[in-house]
Amino acid sequence: MEAITREKRHGNEAQERESLARDRMPKKGAIADSAKAIGRWEAGRSGQETTVFYARGVNVFYGDKQALRDVGTDIAGNQVTAMIGPSGCGKSTFLRCLNRMNDLIENCRVTGEIRLDGEDIHAPEVDVVSLRMRVGMVFQKPNPFPKSIYDNVAYGPRIHGMARSKSELDEIVHKSLERAGLLDEVSARMGDSATGLSGGQQQRLCIARAIAVAPDVILMDEPCSALDPIASAKVEDLIDELRENYAIVVVTHSMQQAARISQKTAFFHLGELVEQGNTKDIFTSPQDSRTQAYITGRIG
Amino acid sequence: MEIQDTEGHIVKSYDDDLTSIDEIIQEMSALAVSQLEEALRSLRAGDAGLAQKTVSGDERIDVLEHLLDRKAVEVIALRQPMGPDLRHIIAAMKIGCSLERIGDYACNIAKRSEILSDLPENGMDTIARMEAKVVEMVTQVARAYGERDADLARQVRLADESVDRLNNSLFRDILTHMAATPDAIAHSMHLLFIAKNLERAGDHATNIAEQVHIMVHGEEMKEERPKGDVSSQVMGAGE
Repeated sequence: MEAITREKRHGNEAQERESLARDRMPKKGAIADSAKAIGRWEAGRSGQETTVFYARGVNVFYGDKQALRDVGTDIAGNQVTAMIGPSGCGKSTFLRCLNRMNDLIENCRVTGEIRLDGEDIHAPEVDVVSLRMRVGMVFQKPNPFPKSIYDNVAYGPRIHGMARSKSELDEIVHKSLERAGLLDEVSARMGDSATGLSGGQQQRLCIARAIAVAPDVILMDEPCSALDPIASAKVEDLIDELRENYAIVVVTHSMQQAARISQKTAFFHLGELVEQGNTKDIFTSPQDSRTQAYITGRIG
Repeated sequence: MEIQDTEGHIVKSYDDDLTSIDEIIQEMSALAVSQLEEALRSLRAGDAGLAQKTVSGDERIDVLEHLLDRKAVEVIALRQPMGPDLRHIIAAMKIGCSLERIGDYACNIAKRSEILSDLPENGMDTIARMEAKVVEMVTQVARAYGERDADLARQVRLADESVDRLNNSLFRDILTHMAATPDAIAHSMHLLFIAKNLERAGDHATNIAEQVHIMVHGEEMKEERPKGDVSSQVMGAGE
């Protein structure tokens, strides 16, 4: 029923997306596996759950301090997974494990197993650049490059050699902006500097930039915390639309936002993944007393 | 998972909101009980004055129900309750609805007291026993709500069977009575309605018990609800 409504709402756009995704999937980077990705795409459309990320026994240390303890989870495709918990609980740390952003932090040590489509992301043959192409990221504060709107979105496809011609690149840029719900607002000023956009537009531009390289997963670290309620609502609506094509993991401080946008929720507390499950279960009948205390506003 | 009320909310005024909802429920259930008791007293005494007092007392329960609904909607809108808090508020709204119905039944019973100035004593005894059981159920289920005691709620639910049984036996007695004394049919009919009102009040106490269980545990009671009311299948006095 829901699928039918969505289909109606978007009309031909859904078909376009499908053909776009099919065209572009085989062009993925080093650890891309197009057969699996397409399988997942089809499974997502038929309502089946597929595991994109598989994590077991993940520990993270910053020097001597342990930030994550024995975290295990499966992240499903075509769904939004929300990570919630008080500040310092480890939710952002875990998010950064998924595209190896913690590699960039000195003294940071990650142990345990994380698999993307069955492939160990810590394996020596894995190219981190390709990994980050498949696992895109959007940050708390919109961080457009000090370049034109067009160049911001074209940046990734250019460095990954995804377009053979100017017209192909144009198409990728347009499609990405369209999917990010920004095209109508910027089509007349593609050459203008991205820094002249409003905060909400900049954040949607960053989402367009992330999806331009056709990732499988989009990680978002507090994507709305710097935005006003209307801009946040637009980003939330966009997240809901994007899950048709991507697995999305969102770290958020707003439980109401987590409840609005996600299908799965994971609650972190003091470096532990305390409870995870369907969002509707976590927010109506949490099983762990710590989850209960947090979502009802009894612990922070 | 039990609700842990030992720890208050970080925002303390949120606790005050939830407490005021609980206070309304407790006042409503206390009123429902006293209304039932008064209704029966006026019935026994044929006291029109007391009956009138019972009827006008129903207004207070209605006012409280509206207050409860307003307060609940306000908390939902302003606090965005989650998990057990949300279940608490939804349960309170449903419980308020049931208590208001129980008040209506008491009112209905009181209204008949004038007509039934000379009641057949044997029927009256059964009515009194039903009333006592329903009063006990409402009292206990209000306690179960206040103390978040799902086990007590379960016991209340089981107690409804005895109210149903009394209703069944009264139903048969009255049918017999009607057949034997056609002059008393009008009286008997009123008595039947009174019994039905008490039986329904017991059902509402059972509904409240079920809500308390959901509120505490986040899921319905597992056991089959005992169904004691077979009066719908009784065809004749001799059956």
